[in-house]
Amino acid sequence: MAQTYRTMLVDPMVDNNPITLQVLGICSALAVTSSMSVALVMTIAVTLVTGFSSMFISVLRSQIPSSIRIIVQMIIIASLVIVVDQVLKAYAYEISKTLSVFVGLIITNCIVMGRAEAFAMKNPPLASFVDGVGNGLGYGLILMLVAFVRELFGAGSVFGLTIFETVNNGGWYNPNGLLLLPPSAFFIIGLIIWAFRSWKPEQVEEREYRIQTVEAH
Amino acid sequence: MALRDFFDRIEPNFHKGAKWERWFPVYEMVESFLYTPKTVTTAAPHARSYIDMKRIMTYVVIATIPCILMALYNTGLQTNLAVAEYGPSGWRAAIIGGIGIGFNPSNPIANMLHGLLYFLPIYITTLVAGGIFEVIFATVRKHEVNEGFLVTSMLYTLILPATTPLWQVALGIIFGVVIGKEVFGGTGKNFLNPALTGRAFLYFAYPAQLSGDSVWVPVDGFTGATALAVSASDGFQELAARGMTWWDSFIGVIPGSLGETSTLAALLGLAFLLVTKIANYRMVVGCLGGMIVFSLLLNLIGSETNPMFAMPWYWHLVVGGYAFGLVFMVTEPVSGSHTNLGRYIYGALIGFMVVMIRVVNPAFPEGMMLAILFGNVFAPLIDYFVVQANIRRRARRNV
Repeated sequence: MAQTYRTMLVDPMVDNNPITLQVLGICSALAVTSSMSVALVMTIAVTLVTGFSSMFISVLRSQIPSSIRIIVQMIIIASLVIVVDQVLKAYAYEISKTLSVFVGLIITNCIVMGRAEAFAMKNPPLASFVDGVGNGLGYGLILMLVAFVRELFGAGSVFGLTIFETVNNGGWYNPNGLLLLPPSAFFIIGLIIWAFRSWKPEQVEEREYRIQTVEAH
Repeated sequence: MALRDFFDRIEPNFHKGAKWERWFPVYEMVESFLYTPKTVTTAAPHARSYIDMKRIMTYVVIATIPCILMALYNTGLQTNLAVAEYGPSGWRAAIIGGIGIGFNPSNPIANMLHGLLYFLPIYITTLVAGGIFEVIFATVRKHEVNEGFLVTSMLYTLILPATTPLWQVALGIIFGVVIGKEVFGGTGKNFLNPALTGRAFLYFAYPAQLSGDSVWVPVDGFTGATALAVSASDGFQELAARGMTWWDSFIGVIPGSLGETSTLAALLGLAFLLVTKIANYRMVVGCLGGMIVFSLLLNLIGSETNPMFAMPWYWHLVVGGYAFGLVFMVTEPVSGSHTNLGRYIYGALIGFMVVMIRVVNPAFPEGMMLAILFGNVFAPLIDYFVVQANIRRRARRNV
């Protein structure tokens, strides 16, 4: 095993980021990134679910019959999601209302299933836990970046604290309404991927097609 | 030919390895703007045509001249009419006062001058902000800056309201150039119309400055609903009561974006584009057909609550941006369909969508911009099905 715990934790940040490289978990990244506090809660929830589900699946990995492994994985993930959902409802009711269906939808988040299938089924529990946490944090990093841009330029604030005083409140900043709409996250994630791949060109995929140029005779 | 000599003398400095190598695209831009491009096709087949990209783009700019003149005249006219009521203010009033030409709305020269003072700042901002990003991409990606940007910047300017703040103008064109065109590989590879992409960005980002009642005439305190807003709330019959006749709309002396109010000017541009075969008539026919058929159908269906259902097709034609979009945006060759049958379908889809958005969607009184972008997105799909249908048809012939 060439992977150390450190690389398992750090790799998913940039080099193998679940959103920018594997392009997974985009749906919730569009939906919950209009404010930073919501994105932070979502990050924590996904990180916990990915970490613990990977760990539990890894503990059971030699007992799970391969023909029904997806069902078993789903049961474990679903139980954890319900726990997270209930905790949020008990201790952070307002935020859980904003997140609404997206906490429940962590269960369908491809990152969680992806790590369970790709890593936890083949590796020991502690390594799986670290890998799950690393991927959750890699997801969270992009979530926070997107939410930062969207909240700062869309509402003029960061974590609800006003940075740019908006025109409506008598300030100078004219907020960009597009950034409050979910599609804007597409642009921002696209731009982040662009930035990442310019920084690390080895992440660029091979072209499927190449425009042919004919040699002159 | 002193200028030609000058270019020939400085050209070696831009070649590979020379001191200004990085700036070759800028040199190439200025040189090919003034002279015939030097690039020639090196590989067979050598089909000869006098229509190259430079000519296409230049002809489109020429075709917008009637719209530009109407933009100057009408913006000035609307402003001067409002000034008569609310009084002049701002630096433009100072300049006009300095020249001493006055604000008389019945004096065409005064109108043109006042319109020019609104048109020029927006146009210059567009050229500078968009041009900077064009050159950045051209230098980094080693492709050319071409005349396409002249078209984009002119069309973009003409579809903005005269009151748009200049920083928004800059932001919109940068978004249009970068996201609408350059990320897909530059001119010829953009699947969206860059000018419309920029405007759509502004429309959703800053709705307060791009729509509503007070943005069309640049005088403080003036509010006046556009023809489409009036039709949506009270029916098109109400337009006459507000002093907007069909002929006013056709000639373009109603409030609206800078250059898109005049159907007449747009149609003059269309005639030029069709005669020179820059615009493909199939898209125009499709778009007119889709709009006319669907609006006739809606007239027939009728609605008791929505007065827009009763709007006849000849009103759809003259209000809002329909005519301008039809002439300059629908016919854009790159973002439209590329097969002949596909062009009819593509046009009809846009014609259908524009009536659909205007009439049935209460959130957007104007639908041309969204309809064309929608059509742009579907154009490759339409082409795919047309090509596949052709393959199947020919395969059956050969059983």
